[in-house]
Amino acid sequence: MDNKTLALLALLLPFIGFLINGLGFRRLPKPLVGLVAVAMPLASFIITLILFGKFQSGGSKSMTFIYANWIAIHDITISFSLLIDQLSLIMLSFVTGVGTLIHVYSAGYMGEDEGYGKFMAYLNLFMFSMLALIMGSNYMIMFIGWEGVGLCSFLLIGFWNKNRPYNAAAQKAFVMNRIGDLGLILGVFLIFIFFGTSEYKDIEAFVGAETNPYKVGAWQVVTITILLFVGAMGKSAQVPLYTWLPDAMAGPTPVSALIHAATMVTAGIYMVVRSNFLYSLAPATLDIVLVIALITALLAASIGIFQNDIKKVLAYSTVSQLGYMFMALGVASYTSGMFHVITHAFFKALLFLGAGSVIHALHHEQDIRNMGGLRKYMPITFITFLVATLAISGIPPFAGFFSKDEILMHLYQKSPVLWVLGVAGSAMTSFYMFRLFFLTFLGEFRGTEEQRHHLHESPISITLPLMILAVLSIGGGLIGIPEVFAKDANWLAKFTAPLFTTSQKLNPQLFNHAHLSHSTEYILMGVSVVVAIGSIIFAYIKFVANRTVPKPETEQQGIGKVLANKYYVDELYNTVFVKPILAFSRFLGESFEVFVDLIVEGFGQIVKGLGNAFRKLQTGSIGVYLFAIVIGAVIWIAFNLFIYK
Amino acid sequence: MTLWLVLIPLIASLIVFFIRNEQAKRIALLFSCLELILGVYLVAQFDPLKKLQFETNFSWIASAGINFHLGIDGIGILPVILTVLLVPFIILSAFETKYEKPNVFYGLILLMQASLVGVFTAQGAFAYYLFWEGALIPVYFLAAIWGGENRIRVTFKFFIYTVFGSLLMLIALVYMYMQTPGSHSDELQAFYALGLSKNTQYIIFIGLFIAFAIKMPVFPFHTWQPDTYTISPTPATMLLSGIMLKMGIYSVIRWLLPVTPTAVWDNSTIVMTLAIIGLIYGAIIAIQQKDIKRLLAYSSFSHVGLMVAGIFAFNHVGLQGAMIQMLAHGINVVGLFFVVDIIQRRTGTRNLADLGGITQSAPVLTVLFAIIMLGSVGLPLTNGFVGEFMLLIGIFKFSYLNFAVMPLAIAISVGVLAGSTLIFGAVYMLRMFQGVMFGEKTLKTAEFKDVTVSEALVLVPLAILVLVMGVAPNIFIKLSEPATKELLDFVISKINK
Repeated sequence: MDNKTLALLALLLPFIGFLINGLGFRRLPKPLVGLVAVAMPLASFIITLILFGKFQSGGSKSMTFIYANWIAIHDITISFSLLIDQLSLIMLSFVTGVGTLIHVYSAGYMGEDEGYGKFMAYLNLFMFSMLALIMGSNYMIMFIGWEGVGLCSFLLIGFWNKNRPYNAAAQKAFVMNRIGDLGLILGVFLIFIFFGTSEYKDIEAFVGAETNPYKVGAWQVVTITILLFVGAMGKSAQVPLYTWLPDAMAGPTPVSALIHAATMVTAGIYMVVRSNFLYSLAPATLDIVLVIALITALLAASIGIFQNDIKKVLAYSTVSQLGYMFMALGVASYTSGMFHVITHAFFKALLFLGAGSVIHALHHEQDIRNMGGLRKYMPITFITFLVATLAISGIPPFAGFFSKDEILMHLYQKSPVLWVLGVAGSAMTSFYMFRLFFLTFLGEFRGTEEQRHHLHESPISITLPLMILAVLSIGGGLIGIPEVFAKDANWLAKFTAPLFTTSQKLNPQLFNHAHLSHSTEYILMGVSVVVAIGSIIFAYIKFVANRTVPKPETEQQGIGKVLANKYYVDELYNTVFVKPILAFSRFLGESFEVFVDLIVEGFGQIVKGLGNAFRKLQTGSIGVYLFAIVIGAVIWIAFNLFIYK
Repeated sequence: MTLWLVLIPLIASLIVFFIRNEQAKRIALLFSCLELILGVYLVAQFDPLKKLQFETNFSWIASAGINFHLGIDGIGILPVILTVLLVPFIILSAFETKYEKPNVFYGLILLMQASLVGVFTAQGAFAYYLFWEGALIPVYFLAAIWGGENRIRVTFKFFIYTVFGSLLMLIALVYMYMQTPGSHSDELQAFYALGLSKNTQYIIFIGLFIAFAIKMPVFPFHTWQPDTYTISPTPATMLLSGIMLKMGIYSVIRWLLPVTPTAVWDNSTIVMTLAIIGLIYGAIIAIQQKDIKRLLAYSSFSHVGLMVAGIFAFNHVGLQGAMIQMLAHGINVVGLFFVVDIIQRRTGTRNLADLGGITQSAPVLTVLFAIIMLGSVGLPLTNGFVGEFMLLIGIFKFSYLNFAVMPLAIAISVGVLAGSTLIFGAVYMLRMFQGVMFGEKTLKTAEFKDVTVSEALVLVPLAILVLVMGVAPNIFIKLSEPATKELLDFVISKINK
């Protein structure tokens, strides 16, 4: 099969899976449902590997495949076309890989749910949308995927749709994403206006050419990149559009792992990396990205410290880690951003799936205050969760260490202050993660006797993905070994380098850093590791040695109260946006409409009144009115005829 | 050939009037399907690169230069498709409701179809006006006889509004007729050829625009609309929102732009402002509606605002976007109003507070409703997205290119305001969808049955159309693009003079 067909198959197979399970819901036997749902992303994964091999043996040339025209009108042509290059291959690999594992997990986790087939169909639909997002060769195909994953997110957050609060969370996610999407689509409009196309490679060629009118700092490009970034804020849960993600935890846990941790939420990072040649032309936007990302990373990490719901902690942790990725982009270190996307996909998926395993064992208990001592009962979950917790805390040699260290190093090159803030954030990260870990797995079990009675390790379909992800969380860092450990060992940087040649040509200054000496690098690395270990020890003393159990959110005092209530941002949004719009809606609908009507009718009354004065013919019957109107019109026409003839 | 498109429903309506039993609806459906077949045949024969096709032209009042001239070109083809396509569905959708005097009911629907096709194919002002008025009367009676609470007051208001608009239009048309040279002509092309002075254009513009603005409706001429849509029997609501409001949009493109180009150009900012106000206004009101039919009425009003703004954007993509969105909006509202009708028939209520949990016993309805709802929300790969995308980019371009001061800031502001439809649309449609389909069952939805075969025969094709138009919009764009391009070039050339 040629590459063009392979790429299309990789995209469409999950969609076919969606159709089979969607149309066959409640008719297909359960084993078949699971088989179809898992086979499709697995097939996409295998195709990805084949394409990867062919790509590398074919001299690493990017390939664009055009299948058909979608919208063609006058000066706008949008085609259904896919792009296979370094970036899409990397994204494809971990999205289909991690995606397949989560499908396997879901087959076990959701097997007893009455909506099992529907759930698996939605997951397949999500895979299709996500693949469209990363494989599309232009912004419009990306937008199809971008809104498609938003729809799947909506469907899956509100999967248990009898529950009204879950529905509200689903709606919030969709609407907040739509706010971001509006920014994105306006950015795409500008791209059409300034470049006449939305094809990535054409735009890159345009700005890379000698004739390119848009120099570094050009306002056109600054505006475009800011608007695109608004889209990223929504999808990747950055301040101020992040509050939907914690609420999104209403969805079943595999959804949180797949969509709200490993893949969909990193779409914003993908989009910026994909548009790197534009962002590199707009240093002002990069600064905005950096600031927003920094605020997000620290704000979310601090909230994470006071959450007691196991999934909420992980949700805030995701928001915070996404902040780290954007910080990397903000200092134009696109590769490190991507690196962290990948390692984060491994360990955060593992964390969520581990949390799911715990929740499953405890029959939907999510409050870590009612857990504890699970190590004895769930050894595999315990070990793998520990691996992931070490990885996210940046402890060597786990995967998170390498990617986080690379980001911190680039922050230091930009400014030591940024590095300090970055390390502070990672100190919080290791604290809240180990707080979670200790409270869940160590100490004594604090749940009910009945729960204790049912405690058990999860079945193989759940533990197998955990173990594979644990291996990846340990070894995943090997794709980006820093210069200081071994020369030329950073495979990821070498592999992705061609993506950024245009950027480097356009704005060499951006990439021209003072080189850090090896000793400085070792010191920085050492400090951040020591700080992380310090946080872990602190958490150990507090939650294991002293057996502290956190207070309920409602009983927190002072700063703890503010943090437990997430800085009251939801309340703020409610007061400033939601309630006024609802009140305005009622005002317009109930009062203003009547007013407009009165004016229009009043105008009619005047006309009628004049008529009465002259003719005293008002009888209230339509016939008479009509007759009068027609007579009037005839007179009017006759008058005109007379005048103009 | 075009004449038959008018004659089939006209003759059918006469036949149906005499069938005073339940057979009336079947005969009506049969004829509307015949009409659809003829329509499909004509579309297949249609050549987008040629001008007027399938003409019927005979002298009507020879001494006055008035001909009865019908035909289809790229401007009229999509509204004609819309009309012949939707009416069978509208008739079929009424099958499970028992209407008194079915012969009159279905006869009026067919009479309405004849008039609508006439409006979209008339090439002379007098035939056009005749059909325009002809479309008003059947729908007025449908609403006034089979309507709900307050129908007399509501339909009277609707009637007065539209008659007022029609009179302004009549005056403008007669005036233009008098301006044609020689022994006069009411031909559209003769009107296009008029070199009206700027002042005259302004006066005609106001007359025609108010007439069309009432029909669509454009803010603030809309106060008849929510009540009328709500009280009308659902087939009438479908005719009003699915097809009749497109008479207004079509007429702006066909009769207003080319005849008064300078006035349109000068007033485009004002009209666009009104349109965008209406768009936001309707959307915001829709958010808090409790009656789902009324909610859809405001939603429809909001969508019209975007189409109008796109037309006045003076670029190809905006104009073509309006063409596509006319079709998409028609399909979507007919589907949505039908879902409301199904729910009302099963539960006896349209009140959101009394509904919920329907998905538990009606999975097929849920899926079909969801697809059409997503079309209305404008999700990519549905028909609504294609139209909204083209309209928004058209409006955005207009704002960017036509202001000397701070064009980018203005364009982005306008883009955000017009694009707020994406956000508000999601808010009110999801609220409605979740409120009706999700949550726990209520007393009224406890026994809810899934769609019947005849209901599925309406909803399934509509849902498929939503997706086909979203994935392959080029089929429809290609039919009208040469004509819209030519029309716009003509309009712009006349402004420059």
